[in-house]
Amino acid sequence: MGIIKAINLVHEYIKRDEDNNVSDIVRALDDVNIEVEAGQFIAILGHNGSGKSTFAKHLNALLAPTEGTLVVDGKNVKDEKNIMDIRKNAGMVFQNPDNQIIASVVEEDVGFGPENIGVPTEEIWERVDNSLKAVGMTEYRKHSPNKLSGGQKQRVAIAGVVAMEPKCIIFDEPTAMLDPNGRKEVIKTAHKLNKEKNVTILLITHYMEEVVDADYVYVMEKGKVVMEGTPRAIFSQVDALKEHRLDVPQVTLLADELRKSGLDIPKGILRREELVKALEKNMAR
Amino acid sequence: MIRDITIGQYYPANSIIHKLDPRVKLFSTLLYIIALFCFKGILGIGIITVFLFTTIKISKVPIKFIVKGLKAIVYLLLITAVFNLLLTPGNRVFWHYKLINITDTGITNAVVMSVRLIYLIIGTSLMTLTTTPNQLTDGLETSLKPLNKINVPVHAIAMMMSIALRFIPILIEETDKIMKAQMARGADFESGNIFKKAKNMVPLLVPLMVSAFRRADDLAMAMEARCYSGGAGRTKMKPLAYEKRDRIAYLVAILFFVAVIVARVLLPFPQ
Repeated sequence: MGIIKAINLVHEYIKRDEDNNVSDIVRALDDVNIEVEAGQFIAILGHNGSGKSTFAKHLNALLAPTEGTLVVDGKNVKDEKNIMDIRKNAGMVFQNPDNQIIASVVEEDVGFGPENIGVPTEEIWERVDNSLKAVGMTEYRKHSPNKLSGGQKQRVAIAGVVAMEPKCIIFDEPTAMLDPNGRKEVIKTAHKLNKEKNVTILLITHYMEEVVDADYVYVMEKGKVVMEGTPRAIFSQVDALKEHRLDVPQVTLLADELRKSGLDIPKGILRREELVKALEKNMAR
Repeated sequence: MIRDITIGQYYPANSIIHKLDPRVKLFSTLLYIIALFCFKGILGIGIITVFLFTTIKISKVPIKFIVKGLKAIVYLLLITAVFNLLLTPGNRVFWHYKLINITDTGITNAVVMSVRLIYLIIGTSLMTLTTTPNQLTDGLETSLKPLNKINVPVHAIAMMMSIALRFIPILIEETDKIMKAQMARGADFESGNIFKKAKNMVPLLVPLMVSAFRRADDLAMAMEARCYSGGAGRTKMKPLAYEKRDRIAYLVAILFFVAVIVARVLLPFPQ
């Protein structure tokens, strides 16, 4: 049994005009089936408006499905009394680091989640220490979040989620507002949590470079899952990815062009080193 | 000018004042304010000055940093001083022109009021500079807990306060950004009379409001995602507990207050 299981999930946003009549119905999620096993690193790719953020909000019971079932850690999100349990077990990191930090001191913000779920004081301190260490922000614990860089703020937000000791963490476009360095920091932290703490990670993003190391990738478009597979399988279909308006990483693109023009390069090159190796093989021949 | 306000900011340092229980600091500040408004005579002001500057010294907050906060009230200070100086009737008149008199009482009043205002700002900003907003709201929350019985949502108010304090610098930064963006498109915030200036603020205020609401929405969602559901069933990371130093501080604050009152009775001179 997977930790997250979405079966035929549908979500509709209903727009109403001034007279409260339904003027428009937008299907943000359309028959989505996704299953995640505990301990996996899953990525969901999609362009703006593909429904990936709507899906993320379902996982934390911030939105309720219109149709279909979503089970998180064995609990149905539709059931009101499960909501707190689900939020405890499925932490969420949002896009804007400024808008999710509540306290004015780093360590107090990390302690906010455990305070809410009623963890005893001594254990809160233990958890804060551990989660700050896990994201590498221990030396900033007394600082004000306003003085940190975007990547550091986002790591504090991650620590705040980690301190609740969730079984899985959903990253809802955590890097969209960060500079390249901050982006690397955040993705590295996500992988570290996955490996060292065995936390299930769901990374939602539109940067393809970030999903290279994931275990499994889903591509969403207009509320539907249009592609799924390992990163290598996904990245070998360059033309299909372009159709879904996703920016294929330059290495993959270059490898694809070279292969098309006759060089012997395998499909689905993900990293620069792989391309170099493939080219060396070609040279030796 | 908005940047000069030090009230609500926190100055991190490692001092006894920083470590004191926020309830002690709130109580002492209250006593200090009362003392400030009922002292009389040179001895009273002497005691207050010694008390204030010793506390600042112990708190390790640089005096320069605190004085910077006074910039925001310079105009208020000037107006108070000038009005007191020119419009107070007194026994000895030094200078007279139509309605305007400069008298001995006027001079003392002007000086005393200015000193009061300056000390008021310094003292209260010292409290906020040495207490994190979270501690401060914790202190308020526990001190005001009795009000819960008459259905005052003390926890919610405390939470709102701490969030408001956290977002002050963010919104200031945002104002700056929007201002520059509008100026780049030809908006003019400087020229014209006061009404024109106020009207020119509209293209600044509307986007600022929209962005503030959007932030509030995001923040509410992030708080919900972290299992926030109001005050019930919450534990505290830093629960308030009195220690020896807090009891001593209470004693010092009360002694200080008594001393000011005694000075008022014994030596109410020169006022």
